[in-house]
Amino acid sequence: MTQTTPPPLYAAQEPVFPRKVSGTFRRLKWWIMLVTLGIYYLLPWIRWDRGPNLPDQAVLLDMAGRRFYFFWIEIWPHEFYFVAGLLVMAGLGLFLFTSALGRVWCGYTCPQTVWTDLFILVERWVEGDRNARVRLWKAKWDFHKWRLRLTKWAIWLGIAMATGGAWVFYFTDAPTLARDLLRFEAHPIAYGTIAVLTATTFVFGGFLREQVCIYMCPWPRIQAAMMDPDTITVAYRDWRGEPRGKHRKAVQAEDAAPLGDCIDCMACVNVCPMGIDIRDGQQMECITCALCIDACDDVMDKIGKPRGLIDYLALSDEPAERAGAAPKPVWKHILRPRTLFYTALWSLVGVGLIYALFMRSDIELAVSPLRNPTYVTLSDGSIRNIYDVRMRNKHAEARVFQLSVTGDTGVRLQLEGQADRRSILVPADQTFMQRVYVTAPRQDPAAKQVRSDIRIWIEDTATGTRASQATTFNGKAE
Amino acid sequence: MSDHTEKNVDEVTGVETTGHSWDGIQELNNPMPRWWLWTLYATIVWGIAYTIAFPAWPLISGATTGVLGWSTRANVAQDIKAHDAKNGSLVEQLLTTEMDSLPEDPDLLRYAVARGGAVFKAQCSQCHGSGAAGFKGYPNLLDDDWLWGGSMDGITYTVRHGIRNETDDDARYTAMPAFGELLDKDQIRAAAEYVYSLSNDDAEPELAATGQQLYGEQCAACHGDTGRGDREQGAPNLADAIWLYGGDRETLIQTITYSRFGIMPAWGQRLIEADVRAVSAYVHGLGGGE
Repeated sequence: MTQTTPPPLYAAQEPVFPRKVSGTFRRLKWWIMLVTLGIYYLLPWIRWDRGPNLPDQAVLLDMAGRRFYFFWIEIWPHEFYFVAGLLVMAGLGLFLFTSALGRVWCGYTCPQTVWTDLFILVERWVEGDRNARVRLWKAKWDFHKWRLRLTKWAIWLGIAMATGGAWVFYFTDAPTLARDLLRFEAHPIAYGTIAVLTATTFVFGGFLREQVCIYMCPWPRIQAAMMDPDTITVAYRDWRGEPRGKHRKAVQAEDAAPLGDCIDCMACVNVCPMGIDIRDGQQMECITCALCIDACDDVMDKIGKPRGLIDYLALSDEPAERAGAAPKPVWKHILRPRTLFYTALWSLVGVGLIYALFMRSDIELAVSPLRNPTYVTLSDGSIRNIYDVRMRNKHAEARVFQLSVTGDTGVRLQLEGQADRRSILVPADQTFMQRVYVTAPRQDPAAKQVRSDIRIWIEDTATGTRASQATTFNGKAE
Repeated sequence: MSDHTEKNVDEVTGVETTGHSWDGIQELNNPMPRWWLWTLYATIVWGIAYTIAFPAWPLISGATTGVLGWSTRANVAQDIKAHDAKNGSLVEQLLTTEMDSLPEDPDLLRYAVARGGAVFKAQCSQCHGSGAAGFKGYPNLLDDDWLWGGSMDGITYTVRHGIRNETDDDARYTAMPAFGELLDKDQIRAAAEYVYSLSNDDAEPELAATGQQLYGEQCAACHGDTGRGDREQGAPNLADAIWLYGGDRETLIQTITYSRFGIMPAWGQRLIEADVRAVSAYVHGLGGGE
């Protein structure tokens, strides 16, 4: 047994300096960044008139009022299944896209990717491209380095604060909150939330970057289950590129084996935000941002070789391509039982949610019979049951609801505290609880049976819309 | 067991190994990032600091209190104090408003009923039931029949002074004689039959007729000529469908023979004034208030 120092179990983070790149996918990613960040920052500021009693913010998660507003749709807490359904759809959508196109979510739309992309853009503006940044990283901390670093951090911090700030605007009226925030009159929770999200954005986008994907995010581990050889993903055609080599003429002059198309220029590695080499094959770190495709295509154009040495391709095409045959068309890869199944499931949930959305009633009621005691005998021998009726008025203005009861017998309905009236004003956008008495005369069958079926109705007197709820009347069994 | 060598690299993966091998299986070394280790240390520091700052470590009796002095009990006490302060004006109103005019102020009534509900659960439900439906001998407060009056004022008086107790001189007080000492068994049976006939169709007419005469002599002074009772004396209505002890013949005979003597404490001596008023409003609102 030889006694030496064991290898270190922890390693320092190796900095990644992605080089500037341009091309089809880079342009696409700029557009996606513009759209997603645009939506994120601007959505809370869009107004939507709902009348005087309701907030006029188009998208608002009103936690205190327990309402979720999305343009013309208003979700109550008991309709949380819409949110659950949308989450299920988001999950199934993720499965669908991953099985068809690999980690497109990671590469194009994941907030970690989008904000890191933005932070790298700032970094390049301030400190220069890859080579300049590597030099700066190695340079000692003089005035120049401090100036550039502090400038970069200040801009990052500004973006991070705007990100945290935008988040809180989704939860309360944005213009009011913005004014309160600037006057230091907003609730501490608003400042706390902004502080936390500013910190996470600053640290994750500026410093942790690819570490978040590799060590924190569970998705890289899960996505393998959604992918198969037909999945279109970013890969290197090693059968075309290998053996790689730089000095083509010199090598060929020595009459050695012919070289592949890869000139080992490292362009694909230099632009990679994850700091990996796509030529090593599929690997967990790859978020399929496709920037290596842009970089390689650029080089292939310059050396007069066809594009697509690094490309979106399905691994199942490899044998055909090696044999020189044409690969299967893309749509044949994408349209396969697995993706069709995911699409069907996704659509099923979606259709169900749309159906539920348009079928829901504007007025609703819930009836809870009071069971302690089950009935009350009145002095004239009639039997009274007590119910708590919760009436829901989803309209933006107060409505008068008329209550009534139906059944096979002569039961009568009375509102607690209202001897004569059977109607009650239910405030706008609220659930209103009214205790009601249902009474069966002494000789009525319902007064003598252990249980009879009755139905309690509400009618919106403004529109004539009715809603009802079946319940039970308990009599005095003789 | 294991060997450390200069540098072992696994041939298949190209990854450095820790040099440990068990039965020929090598352990690869994919080192964790160092920031991960520092995060772990930070959570440990946080954990220790947390247990110093907040109540954490269990001791023989109680637990460490934490240097920040945070306590759920103190928070609740503070919440209650804040609510009391907020309700101050309502309490003031409750104490000065005439009970009979309480329903005219819906906000005040809502406060009184909510407060009274809590008082009822704590003080009254032991006898009257948590749903206020009562038991044998303990009146049902949900119905529309009242021995001493069901108005806001009447209920408040009953709650405040109680019934037949010996601690409050103003307690409602009457006693029915035990007719077992005054009448013989047949007479009692006849009187019971008459009372039974007031609210039932299947009484024996002859016996009831005999009982009616006895009733006129012995009972009508308190319970009235037609058996409708008298709230001034707390004499129950014998002609309705509600019975405190039971309306069958056997129970009626028992009641007439031995009498009944239900007692209720004077809650004015036990509760603060606001609670007396609040619980009265609550009882009034249960369904039978007049």
